[in-house]
Amino acid sequence: MQVETPSAPEQRRLAVGRGTSDRVYRGVISSGAFVSLAVLALIAAFLLYRGFQVLADSGLSFITSSTWDAGDGTRGGASFGVAAMLVGSLVVALIAIVIAVPFAVVSSLFLEYYAPRRLRPILVSMLDLVAAIPSVVYGMWGYAILMPRAMGWSRALNDWFGWFPLFRVPAPFFERSPFIAGILLSMMILPITTSVTREVYSQAPRDQIDAAYGLGATKWGALRTVVLPFGRSGLVGGAMLGLGRALGETVAVYLVLNLVFKVNLQVLASAGGNVASLIATRFGEAGAYELKALMAAGLVLFLLTLSVNAVASVIVNRSRGPR
Amino acid sequence: MTASLESMPVFEMPGHVEPRRPWRRPARSFLSSGATVVVASVAAALIVLVSPLAGLLGWYAAMVVTFPAALAARVARSGGRAVADRIATGVITMGFVAVTIPWVSIVWTVVHRGLKAFYLGYLTTDMVVNSPDDPLNVGGVSHAIVGTLIQVLMASLIAVPLGIVAAVYIVEVRGRAARWVRFFTQAMSGVPSIVAGLFVYATVVVAITHRFNAVAGSLALSILMLPTVARTAEEVLKVVSDDLRAASYALGATEFATTSRVVLPAIRSGLVTSAVLGVARVAGETAPLLLTSQYFVRFTTNITSGPMASLPTYVFGNLGVGSENSVARAWAGSGVLLTIIFVLFISARLLGGRNRNGR
Repeated sequence: MQVETPSAPEQRRLAVGRGTSDRVYRGVISSGAFVSLAVLALIAAFLLYRGFQVLADSGLSFITSSTWDAGDGTRGGASFGVAAMLVGSLVVALIAIVIAVPFAVVSSLFLEYYAPRRLRPILVSMLDLVAAIPSVVYGMWGYAILMPRAMGWSRALNDWFGWFPLFRVPAPFFERSPFIAGILLSMMILPITTSVTREVYSQAPRDQIDAAYGLGATKWGALRTVVLPFGRSGLVGGAMLGLGRALGETVAVYLVLNLVFKVNLQVLASAGGNVASLIATRFGEAGAYELKALMAAGLVLFLLTLSVNAVASVIVNRSRGPR
Repeated sequence: MTASLESMPVFEMPGHVEPRRPWRRPARSFLSSGATVVVASVAAALIVLVSPLAGLLGWYAAMVVTFPAALAARVARSGGRAVADRIATGVITMGFVAVTIPWVSIVWTVVHRGLKAFYLGYLTTDMVVNSPDDPLNVGGVSHAIVGTLIQVLMASLIAVPLGIVAAVYIVEVRGRAARWVRFFTQAMSGVPSIVAGLFVYATVVVAITHRFNAVAGSLALSILMLPTVARTAEEVLKVVSDDLRAASYALGATEFATTSRVVLPAIRSGLVTSAVLGVARVAGETAPLLLTSQYFVRFTTNITSGPMASLPTYVFGNLGVGSENSVARAWAGSGVLLTIIFVLFISARLLGGRNRNGR
């Protein structure tokens, strides 16, 4: 018996015709969505515009010199350079990262794989909650509670590891040092680093974890061979986001760090720098020309944190995988 | 439900049979865990006695070693991998507890020291007739509370609509540049707060108003707020089922009508959550306000000209004075600030939680 096989009907071409109202709506939303880009561009443009005179006057020495001298307040007598503050920002932020990363790994593992199931959502929102503690409160606490203790730790480090160049001090004063500021910042960036890392760890392939268990791995064995390698790039991204935050932190650093306009790598000594708190410190008493220098310093800080954050968000997005 | 099942006899058997629940940890296991903790604490205390470690923190530092060791000792006979597993468990648990120590300490210190300067009139008076050094039974933070509320409210009026628009662009419109919009919004969340303040100072204060003012302060805050709102709103929008959109389009609705009448109303409480999270993010910002709205001792509602107080700058200013009473005032001010932020945050979470359970 011959049966004619019915051929599949040809697929209709779908024509999406958008009406005027849809096009207007799309136009409005699209232009609104680019506000963030516009703001970023405006920030860079205006800081460059206001700070251009200083940048032009001092040229490259704005980055390489450590002098911050308003002189008599005129254009000729002043000389500005942010080298010490820039190096100081990096030193403090790096200390913060070095301390925060191990704790972030440990807390993410705990939250995702060790915490009791019922407690987990509470602990996770607690993490978001402490991320909202204002930096001025961190700063006060750092000055009043953390610093007296951290000075003791500094003394111990100096006693035992004083032969290590970074832990030397010119004089036994341990107050308001980059080390203390770094500890405080590590507490401040821990929530964001942990929440990024935890999110990536939570996406570790369940089948591979189960396979590890099936092969007789202990819990730690499964975490070490599956979860930690899987989350490595997420950890790097989270750490860089934290680095960006730490570089831009103002008030907390202002309260626990002694600003000294000299490049100092002795992290226990009572002298450091930070571009953001330089701006906060000098803003109140700055003359017209120094204000321009502060704008230029703000531009340097902006570009630095923007590039760190851009790299971080690329890494984080890649580690989250295709959505 | 489980209770009724348990009370029901499954099949007839002489005598009562305890239902087996193999997933339950037996009481003995809790007992031995407790014993491990006790042994570790005692060992840590002994270490504190004989070493330079001192105080509760020193004891805790010793615990970080003794607790994993005690856990490992219990499985020592089972071999190296079991020991490594227990050590990891111990270190990870102790590490997380260590992370919470500063947070507990911050809240405790703020409450403990803030209560000294707190009295009934603290919330209803301003600082216009007295100085920060004055005794702690006069003056208050009403001006700062109102200032913070005004500036944060104005910032939300700017940042919340724009943040939602960015999220709508990414999720609803799915424009060609959606990836870039998300990228720039994320990049914006990395703008240091002082740079936001400096930017608004350079544009609004220097060029337009020539005086510190609250509008400038809220503009700076809105820059910091927008990324938080956009990100949270995006997460919420993604949850909306495509069926809803399809149904709306099938009824002939335009895209605008679909978004504004169907999608956004469906996630109303989620959007409120995103706004509140944004507010909690910026309510404590100090640095940008120092450069834009500064601090003022008097209760004021003039938003376009002249400085305005806010809780963070009140705290910062009193801290700067440095006398015993002014520092106590700073602690009390941060207590009020923390309370506001925590209440906002928890209410946002409760709202968001209800939303998630509702579907």
